[in-house]
Amino acid sequence: MTAASKQHASTKESNYLTAGYGVRSWLLTVDHKRIALLYLISLTTFFSVGGLFAVLIRLELLTPQGDLFQSETYNKLFTMHGIFMVFFFLVPSIPAVLGNFFLPLMIGARDVAFPKLNLLSWYVYAAGGLVTLFAMFAGGVDTGWTFYAPYSSTYANSHVILAALGIFITGFSSILTGVNFIATTHRMRAPGLTWMRLPLFVWANYATSLIMVLGTPVIAVTILLVAIERLLHVGIFDPALGGDPILFQHLFWFYSHPAVYIMILPGMGVMSEIVACFTRKRIFGYKIVAMSSLAIAILGFLVWGHHMFVSGQSMYAGFVFSLLSMLVAVPSAIKVFNWTATMYRGSITFATPMLYALGFIGLFTIGGLTGIFLAAMALDIHVHDTYFVVAHFHYVMVGGMVMAYLGGLHFYWPKMFGRMYHEGLAKVAAVMIFIGFNLTFFPQFLLGYLGMPRRYHVYDEDFQVLNVLSTAGASVLGLGFALPICYLIFSLKFGKKVGDNPWDAAGLEWTISSPPYEHNFHEIPEVTEEAYDYGKREAARV
Amino acid sequence: MFEDFTLFPEAASTVAGGIDRLYFFLIGMTTFAVAGILSALILFSIRYRRRPDRAAQQIDGSVPLEIIWSAIPLALWVFIFGWSAKLYLEIHTTPSEGMTYFVTGKQWMWKIQHPTGQREINTMHVPRGEVVILKLVSEDVIHDFFVPAFRIKQDVLPGTQYTTIWFEATKVGTYDLFCAEYCGTKHSEMIGSVVVMDPADYQAWLDGQPAGQDPVDAGRVLFENLRCVTCHDAGSGQRGPDLSGRFGRPTSLSDGRTVLFDESYVRESILEPKRRLSAGYQPLMPTYTGQVTDTQINQLIAYVKSLANSDVAPKGGDADGGNGQ
Amino acid sequence: MSDATHTGPLAHHFETLEQQNETSAIGMWAFLVQEVMFFGGMFACYIVYRHMYPTAFLEGSAHLDPLLGGINTAVLLGSSLTMALAVRAAQLGKRGQTALLIGATVVLGLVFFGVKYFEYAEKWHHGLVPGLHWAPTGNPDPHLHIFFALYFIMTGMHALHMVIGFVLMAFVGVRALRGRYSPENYIGVEVLGLYWHFVDLVWIFLFPLLYLLSAHLGGGAH
Repeated sequence: MTAASKQHASTKESNYLTAGYGVRSWLLTVDHKRIALLYLISLTTFFSVGGLFAVLIRLELLTPQGDLFQSETYNKLFTMHGIFMVFFFLVPSIPAVLGNFFLPLMIGARDVAFPKLNLLSWYVYAAGGLVTLFAMFAGGVDTGWTFYAPYSSTYANSHVILAALGIFITGFSSILTGVNFIATTHRMRAPGLTWMRLPLFVWANYATSLIMVLGTPVIAVTILLVAIERLLHVGIFDPALGGDPILFQHLFWFYSHPAVYIMILPGMGVMSEIVACFTRKRIFGYKIVAMSSLAIAILGFLVWGHHMFVSGQSMYAGFVFSLLSMLVAVPSAIKVFNWTATMYRGSITFATPMLYALGFIGLFTIGGLTGIFLAAMALDIHVHDTYFVVAHFHYVMVGGMVMAYLGGLHFYWPKMFGRMYHEGLAKVAAVMIFIGFNLTFFPQFLLGYLGMPRRYHVYDEDFQVLNVLSTAGASVLGLGFALPICYLIFSLKFGKKVGDNPWDAAGLEWTISSPPYEHNFHEIPEVTEEAYDYGKREAARV
Repeated sequence: MFEDFTLFPEAASTVAGGIDRLYFFLIGMTTFAVAGILSALILFSIRYRRRPDRAAQQIDGSVPLEIIWSAIPLALWVFIFGWSAKLYLEIHTTPSEGMTYFVTGKQWMWKIQHPTGQREINTMHVPRGEVVILKLVSEDVIHDFFVPAFRIKQDVLPGTQYTTIWFEATKVGTYDLFCAEYCGTKHSEMIGSVVVMDPADYQAWLDGQPAGQDPVDAGRVLFENLRCVTCHDAGSGQRGPDLSGRFGRPTSLSDGRTVLFDESYVRESILEPKRRLSAGYQPLMPTYTGQVTDTQINQLIAYVKSLANSDVAPKGGDADGGNGQ
Repeated sequence: MSDATHTGPLAHHFETLEQQNETSAIGMWAFLVQEVMFFGGMFACYIVYRHMYPTAFLEGSAHLDPLLGGINTAVLLGSSLTMALAVRAAQLGKRGQTALLIGATVVLGLVFFGVKYFEYAEKWHHGLVPGLHWAPTGNPDPHLHIFFALYFIMTGMHALHMVIGFVLMAFVGVRALRGRYSPENYIGVEVLGLYWHFVDLVWIFLFPLLYLLSAHLGGGAH
């Protein structure tokens, strides 16, 4: 690596991919771009594992009887699906892959603030993943990803401690990434790049990092307490020993609700980049969109109790949490309106990333508004812990976050690898995912109001028609997800080579070569413009 | 699979209608908003697709617009909050009069005890048009009592406290009862049904059951056998408070706080007597954890409750026994 | 490590030493915020259970020796002083003095551990370790174990942070001896100081909450 980096100044062709070869040059790299790719590979693996579990869950639910798996197995399937998707895919996905790769490029830095810490984050993440995989192969865990006490701490007969340990370890990866991004955003910006000139993707990742740093340690200590309770029976959460299981829920949701914003905020950042580029416009209401990210990060910490309206928590606490939950929906709504308004009088093209962006706006709107159903206490009594909730958070997580992640990946792919994927196939995949997604999850809203509880292995026959629809949709969705994995890998070798700026996009990341040099910038650029300066480009085009 | 197909659950309790109205209002709001956003997306996509001769017009934003589209959703959602909070208050406030059933959840069944002492498992018979109050408690993990047709749901917690929920069924029929909080291997089989009957039919059904022991009588016997009576009676120099006339009223505690003397407080005092001590007494009472079953606790509660309006001292075999010292 | 653009203490991705120092400081502050939240979770448990079982907490606190806790408080405050002096020494470029003061901090930390070991051993002897050796004598409050569970979890986590501090001090101390710090570049010592003061601060909260409850509320029941 050292030899390669010395040569990079002289030969312009050398980039971060060719700066070193061999396993060592990857596993010991401190280059944020290579670390991003390490994350990309491991995240895709965990996503596939989680996806496989989803397929098995949907197959079981094709019929009301529990004919494919035993109850024990089914419970482990949905638990492992939740754990892998939440902790090992959704939480790290955009920050660790696109954030790691593009945050330094967007602010004109040669790397993140603490490159070695960054590599450590990946190792910690991978170690946590391996421990959790081991827990899975050792027999799995059946508590649901929420680990509610006292089931998790006293009654479950599965590998709770191992799985908890895996999540605990991975939490440090989140924390370290958050610390790194905060320091990077504060101190590594290029001259002239003021806060109000930052791309919205940077704002979104900054807000996300704040939540990671403030929230993750709380889940860490909670999970630690569950493990201690399970090992030693000290009475922290076990009511038989005087413990309070509701306290567990408070601590758990204090992290796990903000974690929803860890998952969606970076996706919103990607959205802003894509919408600006493909409408050829500055984002409508830039400052409001930037500030709404911070507002979500802060308000997001004040609403956790809306997960507990039927738990026995005080009614007055419920009122406060319900009202605050209505407030936190406002900044999200503002973002949706601003993206839509950005299209007004734009010059819109419909490349693959833009298709994902349009899908995101539609699905996230549904996901967000069904959140209002759940924040309304009286209605939540009925739909709490039913498939309505499952549908709601999949609309936000998959319809929002995964659509944004895929959109971002398609947007930045040519920059990351210097090659273009097959656009036709990519559009087919985007449409398949959109249709498959809706077919999978829309029926679940109806199932939820009908009263089908979540985490049910066998169910009432009245619910079968909608479950069959949902499983049919899942098969389309599954194929839709498999397609990009194929054509993206194919493009690495056979894709058409592209120039430095195939989308003619604004932003420092597009001013350097594709793929970027090892240290990004030969000279640190001086920034003199606002973000999304598409006016000049448009004037030149027409 | 199509014969039972439906998109909307049956509504069979007094609160169901109110919740359904809120639901439909929210569906209306969502449909309107999604239709609006989608029309704008489609319209802009067509109208402003790229043309060689037209440049995108750079617009920084608009403060009035931002205010409008923040204020309108905010106002709407605060309105929804108010509506749902009012409804929640209605659902959450338990009527003072009603038939009290005790429901115990355990992996993976529901045990139900009628006000008159009859017991059932996983099936619960109730009369139509009567307020039914459920005192819920779990023997192991957290469960959740969910009857979709009544639109009610309440977590069932292990420990010393009951959670409470109530309903008044409006339609005769048999309705699903689900456990809605994941509780382990056979969570999805922890189901049952609520059978709503005409009051007369309900009475007939009750009469047809093996005569359940009257909970008050059973509680009185327990009260003596467990020697509760030695401390808790109206005699002089007692070590524990006299329990007559206390139930349903606030009672002051030794640490200066006040607590409602209700089912939960009686249950807690049997299981963890030192936790909230009545004012003026020493922490002498031992715990009865492990010595009494949930059924027996329910009977003791029924007995203590029966003393609520009596001025008579509890009928103990030896009314003066044990507190001579 | 690749170092394409600079040599010396300045890492390749920074433009100036000042930028590098500021970045390290802000990184440590962000990390300490996360530490606050980590201990915050445990303090939240403490508040809830103390409210639920006030008598158990009074009784538990009476089992702890405020004198030993007080000595440990003084020892830790002393170690914060030596740490602060170490930062000062590094700032003045006195490498030997820096290393020596860091060493003194470690020694004071070990004294703290000595006292703590004595206290833990005594709790074990009296059967006051929930989950492992729980056999309190007399007529203990039924929820006494919750107080001691929190006592061991909170002081144990605090001790773990001290151990991590020792490892960091060994690392920074050796670097100081080798002259890796200078008046322009002593940020390593400074962020270590920030960390150590934080660990100290946690104890400042733990001491009254655990040791002084009975002396304060129980009218000197000890």
